[in-house]
Formats: sequence, structure tokens, C-alpha cells
Amino acid sequence: MIRFEGVQRHYGSVAALAGLDLEINDGELVALLGPSGCGKTTALRILGGFDFPTAGRVLVDGQDVTNVPPNKRDMGMVFQAYSLFPNMDVRTNVAFGLRMRRQDKVTRLKRADELLELVGLVEHADRYPHQLSGGQQQRVAIARALAIEPKVLLLDEPLSALDARVRAQLRVEIRNLQQRLGITTLFVTHDQSEALSMADRVGVMKSGRLEQLDTPENVYHHPATAFAAEFVGAMNRLPGRIGDGGAVQVLGQRLSCLNDEGRQPGSAVEALLRPEAISIVADTAGAGEVTHRSFLGSSLRLEVTLDGGQKVLVEASSHDAGVDVGQRVGLRILTQSVTVVDPGVAPAPEAVPAVA
Amino acid sequence: MSVAGGGGPGAVGAGALLAEIEEPPAPPRRARRGKRLRPWRVVILVLALLFFLTPLIASIKYSLLQLNGSYGFDNYTQIISNSALRSALFTSLEIAGISAFLVVALLLPTVVLVRLKLPKLTLLMEGVTILPIVVPPIVIAAGLAQLQGSAPTWMVHLWFNHPLTALTPVYVVLAMPFSYRAFDTGVRAIDLRTLVDASRSLGASWFTTLTRVVLPNVETAMLGAIFLTIAFCMGEVVIATILLYVTLPVEMIQVSSSSPGVTVALSVLSLVLVFLLLFSLSFLAGRRRGSTSVRVI
Repeated sequence: MIRFEGVQRHYGSVAALAGLDLEINDGELVALLGPSGCGKTTALRILGGFDFPTAGRVLVDGQDVTNVPPNKRDMGMVFQAYSLFPNMDVRTNVAFGLRMRRQDKVTRLKRADELLELVGLVEHADRYPHQLSGGQQQRVAIARALAIEPKVLLLDEPLSALDARVRAQLRVEIRNLQQRLGITTLFVTHDQSEALSMADRVGVMKSGRLEQLDTPENVYHHPATAFAAEFVGAMNRLPGRIGDGGAVQVLGQRLSCLNDEGRQPGSAVEALLRPEAISIVADTAGAGEVTHRSFLGSSLRLEVTLDGGQKVLVEASSHDAGVDVGQRVGLRILTQSVTVVDPGVAPAPEAVPAVA
Repeated sequence: MSVAGGGGPGAVGAGALLAEIEEPPAPPRRARRGKRLRPWRVVILVLALLFFLTPLIASIKYSLLQLNGSYGFDNYTQIISNSALRSALFTSLEIAGISAFLVVALLLPTVVLVRLKLPKLTLLMEGVTILPIVVPPIVIAAGLAQLQGSAPTWMVHLWFNHPLTALTPVYVVLAMPFSYRAFDTGVRAIDLRTLVDASRSLGASWFTTLTRVVLPNVETAMLGAIFLTIAFCMGEVVIATILLYVTLPVEMIQVSSSSPGVTVALSVLSLVLVFLLLFSLSFLAGRRRGSTSVRVI
């Protein structure tokens, strides 16, 4: 088990981590998700021993490792890219960690081949990194990190430099491997679909703090904060008004409010609604007009401008492709409950001070 | 698990199965050379060859001229038989070898340290390492001569008694403008932080990381630094003369007054030596590329 206890990291006056408390259970994959500069990479580097906290400590299996150098930590790390040693062939790269552990040559090369088998690259064992594609290089990097049978696997945006198809494929492969080996993993990414699809739990980070740590489903459907709601997935903010009994009126519909937090009936709020939680019906007397339409294959994303000028994103099944730009439509909210925020609360900021 | 990773550029639009099998990145295409040699190129080539080869051929011819007017290897055999020249040559080779080793041992960790841990010092390092060029050698020599004259006995014993101990530290510093830049360029060309972090996370100590991961990947830069250092040590004459040490170039000047033929023979030899060094350098640097491109095929 890994524990961050009040970990802080300051660079001069900038706080990259402003008190991180996080527990990762054995065999669990936790993804830290957030915009660049939110402190997720700093957290990973501190766990790996490449950076040291200004306050707080890090425990692995109850042992304080805060000041242990990286070469004594037994953690496998996969980097964004270009981490394979260019002067060594693939097999030697994978065997490097075992060589550092003074295993004899026969054992370590055999083990390297086993791991290359695991990532499906054993026939490329004699090649050099520059002869492999980006995806293959990352597989080798994973094999190399796993070769030392690490206590913890650290993934630092390992897929971000790859093209979309390879990324999707490797996502599944990494997750399968991780589950099969039952290895505790910390995964850092700015790609929400990566985090949601791979992790047991997702930690949404902002300005050096953890905004929410929960299962992907809960992070998506029950975001704890406006930031978490808007950073993960697309989100509409629709004007609403608090009714009585914990209800909220949005687009003429009465929904239950998930967080009315003692708001006065009648007070204005903004309801957070996902594009797929709204459906459209072609209606000449409808409340808005389709102003933009993108066909995404499996779905159709429409921008509807209401008569008041408010823009609403709607995601519909692509079978409903009959709707066209300029058409008047009516909107219907499909969910029963909704999270609200005070009007004017800053939307999920994309420009956070850049400390990676 | 599938056999290979996803699509390189060649896989785009291909069937899913075909796209699975990736092409290794194609070896860099060489710019095709012009098939015809344009006349003005020939003119420039001939002029350049004349410019470089005339003195060389003249030197070789002169070095082969014997005292009795016939041609032969007298001057060359004299180099070997002249013990003063021989010992000066060995002194210079010793200084060059040890300087080259020290340059690598000192500069590699320094450059890595500055790049990784103390990036704020980059500018300062650039400035400091250029100083030996900015300060004229004669000034450095004068300063050292002053020190040599007034040094306490222990310092004379420890430092100034032998050209090896006296000149090597000076030459390491003086070669720094070249060697530091060679290393710095080499280290800039690799993703140093990622490679070092990867190596460290796999359990390597700093020493192992430097010798097994960083050094092999800046091999060309290292050879460049070594070559420049050796070339500098073999040619430096001002400081050695003023401090009264007999190194190869100093002895060459001595010999030239009595037997100019031997000096010219020696300079032809050092030219050959430099050529050999250059060739072995480009051979060593090319060997890795060559061997890997063979693997591509």
C-alpha cells in the first residue's frame, strides 16, 4: 500500500503540491488526472524518488521512503517517450534492471525474453530502439519496468506521444497486464478517457490538490466539485432556479438537486448537465436552434443555441442524424438529478500556472 | 496480445491486420548528389587541392631529402634515434593521454550536473569555460612563471618538478573551451533527464548511470572532446617554452635550428597522426550507425 501524507512541494513561491493525501491499495491502479501544472507529475516523481517533498512523507507498505533515492526504491517507471537506452538493443534494455541487481547473464537474458514475450515483441529483441515505432518502444519500456518485479509501477503519461489507434490498443494491454500481475500502479495523465477507462480509481487534481478521488463512474456521474465536473468530459451549464424540497427548475423541467446545500428556494443556480443527458426533438416551436453539428461516428454532437443566446451541447445517437443546422429543436433533460453551482463560479480553468 | 504496435505512417488506411505489422522507420534517405560535376565546382576543387596539397607534398619531398642530396628516410630514422626528441614525444603523449582522461572524468559529470540539477549555472559555465580563450596564453604563462618562481618547495616538488604534473592541469583547463562545448552539445542532443531517471529507477547508481547510459550515448561528443584535447596538448608551445619544459613542439623548435629536415619529417609525421586520429574518430562514430543500419536490412 502506498500513502502520501500531507505531501507538499514548493518551487520557490509556487506550490506544485499543496498538501496531497492519497492512499493506493495493493494491486490497484489509481490515475491522477488534471491539467498541466496541477501537480500530478510532481506527485509521481516524488513517489519515484526523483523529487523530494518540502513537507509531508510518502509510505510504501508502512515504510517511510521519503528520502530513499530512486535506485533503492524498487519501482518500475514508464516515461512519456524516448526512455529506452539508444546504445543498447531491446533485450539488453529490458535486462538492464536485472544487471543492476547483479543477476547472471543467462538468467537476465532469459527473463528479458519472457517479458518481451509478454508484450509481444520477442522477435524484436535484437533490434535497437530507433528501429522500433513509438508504440513498440513503449511496450519495451513497460517490459523493462516490469522486469525488475517492482513493488510499484509508475506510468508518466506513457501513451501521450502515440497516435490514437496505438494509444487505444496499448491502453487495454497495459490494463490487462496490470490486472494479471496485480501490480500497484500510479498512472498520471491529462487524458480523461484514458483515466476513466483504465483506472480503478481516478484522482482529479487542480492546483496541487486532490479535488476528488473516486471510481471512474462516480467521478463522471457524481463529480464532487465544479472543476471535477468540467474537467472530466464535456459539461453544460444551464441556468436554473432552486425550487422547494431540494428540487431545481432547469429548462422548464423539475429535477432533484444533488447538492442544494441549504440554498434558498428561488435562488439562481447553474445546473451541470452532460451533453448525453439531454435529448433533442425536432420541434418548430422548440426553445432553440441547431447552430453546429459534428458527426463523430458513433454519436452526433450538436450545439443548440437557445433563444436567450445560451449555447447547449447535446450528444445524440448518430442514428438521429436527421437534425440539421438551422432547424428548430426542443430540449429534454434525461436525468432525474443534477449537480448545481452558483452562477458565475469560474469554469474549470485550463490555464493554471505551469508547473509540470 | 498482438504481435506489434500500431501504425506508422505506412499503416494509415491499410487494413487492420496489415496495419498491425509495422514497418521499421526507414533509414534516412541520403540527398542524391548531382550526377554531373559542374565546371566551377571542378575549378574550386582543384584550387583547394592545390592549396592544401602543395605545402604537404613540398614538406614530404623536403623531409625525404638527405644531406648527400639523394632521397631516403634519413630524417625519419633520426627522429627515432634522437633520444631527446623521443623523450619529448613521450612526454607530450603522456600529457595528452592523461589530459584527455581528466577532461572526460571532470567534464561529463559537470555537464550532466549542470543540465539536470543546476540549470541556472548554464550561463555561468558558458562564461567560465570560455575564459581560457579570452585570456591570452602569454598572460597565463606569465602568471604561472611567477608562481613557479616564488612557489614554496613542497609545491615545486609536487607540481613543477615534472612536465607531466606541471602542464597537465594547465592543459586540461586550457582545452576546456573546446571540450566543454563538445560535451555540452552531445548532452543536449539526448533526452538526458529521461535516460538518467530511467536508469536510476532501474537501480543504477550515479556512477553506473554516467558510465553505462550517458557516456555511450554521447560517444561522438566524447571522442570530439578527447581529440580536441589531444590536438591541443600536442601543439601547445607558448606555455611549455616559458615554463621551460621540453615537450614535443618545444623540442621540434630546438631541432629545427640544427637539422631542419628532421623537423619537417616530424611535422609530416604529426600530420599523419592527426589524420589517423580524425579517421579513427569518424570510424568509431560511424561504426554504430553502420552496424545498426545493417540490422535494418
